[in-house]
Amino acid sequence: MTYAADVAALARKDLLLELRAKETLPAMLLFVLSALTVFHFALPRGTGHTAALGLLWVALVFTALLGLTRAFVPEREQGLMDALILTPADRSAIWLAKTLAVLAFLAVAELVALPAFGAFFSGIDGRTVGAVALADIGICAVGTLTGAMAVAGRARELLLPLLFLPLAIPVIVGGVGASAGAGGRYLAFLVLYDAIFGLLAWASFEYVVAET
Amino acid sequence: MHTRACVRARTTTTRMLTAHDLTKRFGVKRVFEHVELRVARGELLLVTGPNGSGKTTLLRVLAGLAAPSRGTLELPPRAEIGFLGHEPYVYRELTPLENLALFGRLYRVPEHRERSGMLLERFGLWQVRHERVSTFSRGMQQRLALCRVLLHNPSLLLLDEPFNALDADGAELLDQTLGELSDRALVVATHDPGRVERLATQRLAFA
Repeated sequence: MTYAADVAALARKDLLLELRAKETLPAMLLFVLSALTVFHFALPRGTGHTAALGLLWVALVFTALLGLTRAFVPEREQGLMDALILTPADRSAIWLAKTLAVLAFLAVAELVALPAFGAFFSGIDGRTVGAVALADIGICAVGTLTGAMAVAGRARELLLPLLFLPLAIPVIVGGVGASAGAGGRYLAFLVLYDAIFGLLAWASFEYVVAET
Repeated sequence: MHTRACVRARTTTTRMLTAHDLTKRFGVKRVFEHVELRVARGELLLVTGPNGSGKTTLLRVLAGLAAPSRGTLELPPRAEIGFLGHEPYVYRELTPLENLALFGRLYRVPEHRERSGMLLERFGLWQVRHERVSTFSRGMQQRLALCRVLLHNPSLLLLDEPFNALDADGAELLDQTLGELSDRALVVATHDPGRVERLATQRLAFA
């Protein structure tokens, strides 16, 4: 119960910060809409649905990356990670709250992006929506952990994509696979990815934020 | 290089902090070596030294934010430690009340709203309790940082340059507050020991 209350308090703080600063979500929305617009005009007429879906996934992963780059900015600028890890709250609660906040931003961006994709290219089916929802969990879980790793380094803007993108490739493969054809198998793969990487990220966050 | 370091939870009730043979190195650079400390309730350890002498690193080690390279350290549980660092450690886009509410919850402070109100009143921030911290001067942020440190009533206070950025009134208020914390263990690091000197029961000077 205490753990859930800590997560809720920390996630609420992140949502409130974004509501006030309005730095992350507008950037994510602008990026995903711009990317889809460019793809719409760049792709030749008659391009297959599968190719368009591939580009949708590329746009979504880079939109998430944009959100993840900003995720730990308040903590970094004010040295607040120290203050948070000094509290008696379980350190994994910090990761979980941040993951939930980034997930919320990504979900809002996708609420705009998926209808836009439908308007520019072709309709989105339920399988694709399911795959996007499952992929979001994995992307945010892994991305928040790598974001915390990157924030400690000097070249953090470079480090995050280097750490995150290789880990996100299975999500893109699973997402495109689920959207394009053999849905069930790929959806199960995404569930497995979420479970394994979510658990690993949850368990290892404490060691990521501990200074030696 | 052989290193051994151990951080344990404190078992005695009056002694809040014990360090034996405490050493910190960053690579080959030695920050401090063989530090011995025993700080009990009612004592104030004054750590002095010029900039870059290792005061901040020592306090970070004592707070559990950095691991010692060697030596043993006995500390109270995290909930009993109050740490004031160089940064105020408050969210700039939140108000003082929202910042204290967040830390009050994380520290499981019962009736944290009442305590936050009392501290904000004491440190002269009650009138601006609904304003964002980003509009505050550095001195006001330092006052809020002191509220955050005192919010959970810690038994061990680690204060790094606590008079930084405070105006005369703020410094006077902190002086008074430190005097009232005579039942706690305090470690104060400063390059300008003038204000705390009279309260100090122990001294550690870094060269």
